[in-house]
Amino acid sequence: MTTLPANFRASSTAALADPQIRANFRRAMDGLMAKRAALFADPAEWRALRSLGTSIRRRTLANLPDLLERLEQRCRANGIAVHWAETTAEANAAVLSILRAHGATRVVKGKSMVSEEMHLNDFLEEHGVESLESDLGEYIVQLDHETPSHIIMPAIHKNGRQIARLFGEKIRGAQYTEDVDTLTGMARRILRRKFEEADAGLSGVNFAVAETGTLVLIENEGNGRMSTHVPPLHIALMGIEKVVERLEDVPPLLALLCRSATGQTITTYTNLISGPRGPHEKDGPREVHLVILDNGRSRIFLDPELRATLRCIRCGACMNHCPVYTRVGGHAYAAVYPGPIGKILTPQVEGVKARHELPHASSLCGACVEVCPVEIPITEILLRLRREASHREPGSTVLEAGEARDAWEDRIWALWRRVHASPRIYRLVSRLATRLRRLPPPRLGPLRAWTSVRTAPRPAPRSLHELARERGVPDA
Amino acid sequence: MPETPPPATPPATPTSPAEVAARERILGRLRAARTAAGGEAAAHGGAAPAPVDTADTAFLAAKTWPPAERLARLRRCMEAVRAEFLEATAATWPAVVRDFLRSAGARNVMAGAGSPLAAPLVAACAGDGDPALLLYDRPVEQLKASLFSAVDAGITTCLGGIAETGGLVLCPSPEEPRLLSLVPPIHLVLLDPTRLWNTLWHAVRDLGWARCLPPNALVISGPSKTADIEQTLAYGVHGPKRLVVVLVAGGPDRAASPAEAP
Repeated sequence: MTTLPANFRASSTAALADPQIRANFRRAMDGLMAKRAALFADPAEWRALRSLGTSIRRRTLANLPDLLERLEQRCRANGIAVHWAETTAEANAAVLSILRAHGATRVVKGKSMVSEEMHLNDFLEEHGVESLESDLGEYIVQLDHETPSHIIMPAIHKNGRQIARLFGEKIRGAQYTEDVDTLTGMARRILRRKFEEADAGLSGVNFAVAETGTLVLIENEGNGRMSTHVPPLHIALMGIEKVVERLEDVPPLLALLCRSATGQTITTYTNLISGPRGPHEKDGPREVHLVILDNGRSRIFLDPELRATLRCIRCGACMNHCPVYTRVGGHAYAAVYPGPIGKILTPQVEGVKARHELPHASSLCGACVEVCPVEIPITEILLRLRREASHREPGSTVLEAGEARDAWEDRIWALWRRVHASPRIYRLVSRLATRLRRLPPPRLGPLRAWTSVRTAPRPAPRSLHELARERGVPDA
Repeated sequence: MPETPPPATPPATPTSPAEVAARERILGRLRAARTAAGGEAAAHGGAAPAPVDTADTAFLAAKTWPPAERLARLRRCMEAVRAEFLEATAATWPAVVRDFLRSAGARNVMAGAGSPLAAPLVAACAGDGDPALLLYDRPVEQLKASLFSAVDAGITTCLGGIAETGGLVLCPSPEEPRLLSLVPPIHLVLLDPTRLWNTLWHAVRDLGWARCLPPNALVISGPSKTADIEQTLAYGVHGPKRLVVVLVAGGPDRAASPAEAP
């Protein structure tokens, strides 16, 4: 496992120096962007679909507590047990207690970002439960003891040769090969046996429908269906924001999600689960459990502006289009959710002091906002979090608001205010700046962060005010 | 709809006091936020569910293709992701399926016990060297080992297809268990080419799923695939390696596909 420092400046610098990371991400992101663009070629359709998707998600959030209760009630009526967890520790405990009640020790997992938030695999291993990722990308990442570098394509940071080497080393009896079909075949052989033997299957949830008590899961591989239909027990994990009101809301959201995420109009499987095995059915899990996790989301919900963060449908388009993400890759963020959505979500969940660097890891170019299928104002939220990190706004509910305040930064701004508030000092400073323009810009101190990567601007010989006065402009 | 009585037994694991407390705290916070002034809720009429504006969905409703074009579109979309198509009629499909299985080297094919497909297949596969017909006739616990290792193909019906994106709507039932369309390496589906919806949105509305959904329903648009190794597409990663759609002119059996597509 490549361990990167938790500090973004250091980890991004290291990532930038790694030509492998840059080449792998560049190639993957270019492909994903082109595929998405081809499917949204008609701007009228894109606008209509996007505005419908946004209004569905806004309507959902406007009624979130009611919809969650309705979901719970409908799920229970369908025979799905519902569990609530405020923290990831509570969610882990809930999963473990369900598994223990069934004596389950072998678990197969479909892809779930909520389970990554929970660090569920590590937790289960510590408690004697084998938890095996079955999505091919997640399987690769788990095999190499890594974390996903992309929320849709977890192993995107590795190229074929790296995966071939990994399989050759870690899979018993495997011959080294770079043939993708052969590598896929190896994983198929191993995982089919695991599906057959598993005591329980875990999955995420793409959307949970309050009206019908239905869990919607989409995927291409079939591992999601294997995990949710083959073992006798299915445990689904969702964040509180995953609910939607009506079944009719699902098709437009799926259209946005599939096209934005992987440039597909539809995935291979769209799986609607509304209950465990029916009384006369011959297969399907005997029990289905739904764990609803908060993990800081209800705090985000408290703020009307930040609440838009919860509209996210986890398509990953923002990272695919992000010039920062494309260059530094997913691991540099040292967060479960990398890229633009991670830059606004992670500081809100873990604190703006603990993760104060993330909102700054952006050029504010707005590419993410342009492609977001539910119109999350990511750049505005980034700016809000930058402000909140050093100055708590009145009534703020942001975690650790104002705690990342830096004494030096404060002094510099105080000085700035001083200079700009007094014409006399301002004139003096601009005079100094223009007369001393040939002095080299500082290579040390707080300005170094700027000058080390940019050419420092050189002031003009005379200021605009001076030139204007010379020409007799009044009040100059 | 196939008969799917709602499952009666709620899971045995009780909800712990800690979970009840967590639920109260989460919902309490969400409620407090919503009643606070200036919330997004205020702009959406507070607690009352906002009515759905039909203007928003008009573009979805308008996404239609003439019935004659729907099949070509579905076929084009699904062939692009490597689904295969066979053409047959109500009289010929069992022989078409048999011949396909022989050419694919399948030793057997599994159908659901009680499925209307079973009897015609038994009749068609009576010859020497014909694939054997197996029946999914008991709970999976007693069938898992052979299902995973010995069954070469599974055959099911479907409720219809989706023209816009390609995809078949399946509704597993006691007569057609869930794993028939997932575990065997080949999945054959019989499709009546007149039962095609314009979009998934139309299908969800026409099937009345908002009122009654079976424990499992799904849309399948092709064989299992992945692009997780260097974005290179590979088929047959976990589920079926081949998805074979048998177009049955006139329908395989009216009773086999109960939904009335438009």
